Amino acid sequence: MHGNRYSNRRHASWLAFFLHRVSGVLLLIFLPLHFWTLGLALQGEASLDQALRWYDAPLFRAGEWALVALLAVHLLGGVRILLIEFRPWQGLRRGWIAGSVLGGLAVSFLFLLVSGT
Amino acid sequence: MKPAPTLSVEIWRGARHGRFERFDVPRRDNQTVLDIVTYIQRRLDPTLSYRYACRVGMCGSCAMRVNGVARWTCRTHVAKVAKGPLLRLEPLANMPVIKDLAVDMAQFFDKQRQARGQFKGLSGRGEPVARISPDSPARQAADAGIECIGCAVCYSSCDVVGWRPEFLGPAALNRAWTLVNDERDVQQGERLLAVAGEAGCHACHSQGSCTLRCPKHLTPTASIAGLKRRTVQALLSGEAP
Amino acid sequence: MNPPRATVRAVRMWYWQRLSAMLMTMFVFTHLALILYAMQGGLTAAEILQRTRGNALWGLFYGVFVVLVSLHGALGLRAILLEWTRLGPAACARAALAIGAVLLVLGLRAVWAVTLAGA
Repeated sequence: MHGNRYSNRRHASWLAFFLHRVSGVLLLIFLPLHFWTLGLALQGEASLDQALRWYDAPLFRAGEWALVALLAVHLLGGVRILLIEFRPWQGLRRGWIAGSVLGGLAVSFLFLLVSGT
Repeated sequence: MKPAPTLSVEIWRGARHGRFERFDVPRRDNQTVLDIVTYIQRRLDPTLSYRYACRVGMCGSCAMRVNGVARWTCRTHVAKVAKGPLLRLEPLANMPVIKDLAVDMAQFFDKQRQARGQFKGLSGRGEPVARISPDSPARQAADAGIECIGCAVCYSSCDVVGWRPEFLGPAALNRAWTLVNDERDVQQGERLLAVAGEAGCHACHSQGSCTLRCPKHLTPTASIAGLKRRTVQALLSGEAP
Repeated sequence: MNPPRATVRAVRMWYWQRLSAMLMTMFVFTHLALILYAMQGGLTAAEILQRTRGNALWGLFYGVFVVLVSLHGALGLRAILLEWTRLGPAACARAALAIGAVLLVLGLRAVWAVTLAGA
């Protein structure tokens, strides 16, 4: 039995599936770090502050930007799936595919803007 | 720019194991991929195995992968798919290859049965014809999906079928949905059970390859979404979550 | 009619995945809005804690959020493992459950740390 290769997957709806899955996995990897950092408050404010100052380094700032982007993309892509599964059929909702990528990027750049890069 | 006078075609030869064999075929105006395969088998290599029947886009027998995408070769103009100098032909995916371009569709049809894709009613021929309004939402939902001829293009295109071999697949689930919406059918409970679960509609991620590739423009993604809603409804009304 | 337990379980998992997703649209939206508001001019521990310390409402908000995230993440991961690794269904369920539990514990600990824990 031969499986499909990439030529079968070059379409918007498949990309939407892939982005939603990848963003979910990356968020899953990031969250324990996020929770652990906040948990530092148990050791006092100074401990948390020190970690936050660590995260001012460019690598971490880039990571934060990516995370906000991933969360927004995952959210918007997820709304698209909910619409497909629960609302009357209106096709594969390609507007939402473009919207989730652009919306995610927009939110992430807004984040950069407000956090004073 | 005029296309070159010959076209290079790579065709899968063998079964599970094999290789791609190249043929050079004269290029013509208004040529379909089926024309090409037929030319090769009749003029160049009579041992090439492939399927076709109606050759006019009604039966679905000629389905295979052209440059990686499952389609009906009788309805695929060469000019549309041969953007480069090469055309690559493979059998449909997700099914065992019998020989060359012909696949074993037994499991595909078995899954139709597993999904309770057969109608079962109570009336016999002595009773009056059932009165079903064609405008009813249920009948419209059924009508949207009943033109399926079982060509397996959707099944071949579905990655979940590739990743989870037990997944019933878009065609079987689409068929089940048309019957779920048939008010004459009397095995609705069994059918919802058959299409629910790990191998059923809940494994679908709405990737949409099926809906994109269906040569009859059916929407298995929509049908499967309907099954998801219906099975959850049955679960909630039957027992507490 | 007695549906097989595996089928009922599969339907429930799908149902909880979608339900947690629907609820989380609100939580994520609020969280993103808060982050964008709070990140103005950088962020310090004092600013975070000043908002959250002793605040039962934020505690409830983020507590529920953590539970939903753990559930949704675990269910999603299970499907990915089933489809993209060679692990069997039981192993995938165990791995997903483990990750879910880690998220739940670390998450609720974090909520505790910024709301009710002293100093």
